Amino acid sequence: MKMSKMNREEIVEIINNFLIEDIEIEQESLKEKAFLKEDLGIDSLDFVDIVVVVEQKFGFKIKPEEMSKVKTLLQFYDYIENKIKEG
Amino acid sequence: MKRVVITGIGIYSCIGTNMDEVRDSLHKGKSGIGIDPKRTEYGYRSPLTGIVPLPDLKGKLSRRQRVCLPEEGEYAFMATEEALKDAGLGVDYFEKNEAGILYGNDSSSKAVIESHEACLEKKDTTLMGSGAIFQSMNSTVTMNLSTIYKLRGINFTISAACASGSHTLGLGALFIRLGLQDMIVCGGAQETNYLSMASFDGLSAFSTRVDNPQKASRPFDKNRDGLVPSGGAATVILEEYEHAVKRGAKIYAEIVGYGFSSNGVHISQPSNEGSALAMTRALQDARLKPSDIDYINAHATSTVLGDTYEAMAIDEVFGASKTPVSSTKGMTGHECWMAGASEVVYTLLMMKDSFMAPNINLEEPDDISKKLNIIAKTTDKNLDICLSNSFGFGGTNSALILKKL
Repeated sequence: MKMSKMNREEIVEIINNFLIEDIEIEQESLKEKAFLKEDLGIDSLDFVDIVVVVEQKFGFKIKPEEMSKVKTLLQFYDYIENKIKEG
Repeated sequence: MKRVVITGIGIYSCIGTNMDEVRDSLHKGKSGIGIDPKRTEYGYRSPLTGIVPLPDLKGKLSRRQRVCLPEEGEYAFMATEEALKDAGLGVDYFEKNEAGILYGNDSSSKAVIESHEACLEKKDTTLMGSGAIFQSMNSTVTMNLSTIYKLRGINFTISAACASGSHTLGLGALFIRLGLQDMIVCGGAQETNYLSMASFDGLSAFSTRVDNPQKASRPFDKNRDGLVPSGGAATVILEEYEHAVKRGAKIYAEIVGYGFSSNGVHISQPSNEGSALAMTRALQDARLKPSDIDYINAHATSTVLGDTYEAMAIDEVFGASKTPVSSTKGMTGHECWMAGASEVVYTLLMMKDSFMAPNINLEEPDDISKKLNIIAKTTDKNLDICLSNSFGFGGTNSALILKKL
């Protein structure tokens, strides 16, 4: 599927899948309000692996300085969606 | 000086992935050597290698712990799990009691090469991933295991080529003798992937007897044509004697002697003088004479020069007592950085079950090896005191003496 044609639901599904499969976060923890660090236990090393997976799944690199502003899962979905829209 | 005993062992190798399997292979003279087709494709002279299964650690370790572990670290984890269980220890114990870790390792090539390839492709270091640095360093085993098991004592890696594992046990024993530690998780690990041994193969050091892989590694045999690389990991729990007794631990043996030397001559060629000096120093350290030793587990890797120099050295020190000798590398191949630790485990298994494992594939010893009492067939014998040799590139030599209590 062409990335720019992806809708929100598809983006969320891809993100949730890699958070479950690659980062091994429990499915039931994936709530929009969940804080990435405090609730999902994602630490600074995990963020590096998230950068790697995002590059593999979406073909662009997220910048660590931008990611530092992303606190919740909802913000993460928004961030990825905006990056895709920006092309 | 404190006394140092061994209270737990674990092994993950090409002749078995636990003590029982390895003990049976040693007794039967079973080889773990096979062919890795990737090596031929990559440009190796020889595709021969010890065949070691990769463990599945999902469910045993968290993602973070697995991401940071390279191949040799996975083997080391498996060997350490077995050793700690054997010694009646675990994370609960280490959270309350201080213990150290010293492990022999001298490469983590696959991790380095794969990171390099990722960066070449992506032109971005972040895309190497978070585990790359922790997998790539020589100290990867000690940094990983110390965090997995919550170890809070001495913590570093010993790199001494093919004597790494042996020096690790010797140094561990010194730390305990001096009263600096009560317990140290020791061992040696060796990666077996095709990326790790290519440059060694390039020296024409490996056997090319591909027609019969299990006959390829033939220490001391007149028709040997080189070593077979191998790997895995071996863990040995060292403990201060009184501490072990107080804990009610099972005791395999005491480390009574550690001898070391450096040849100071050639980067790859061994020396009979340096090897003999390490053995002599181990005997002096143990206050024993050559005739006190019941069995020698030789370093002999099946290279033409190496085995000859070791045979000369053993004959020089033990010639008068005709001490039984075998190299287990006919079965295991050369387990390199791990060998000094694994061969202590093999020797302890022999001591426990009163047999000497065979020096397989010895059809006709060469002229110098003929002088030795080489055990070609499994032989039952009570073993009270044994010596294990390990020598490495750069002329580093180590000899350890184990005594049953």
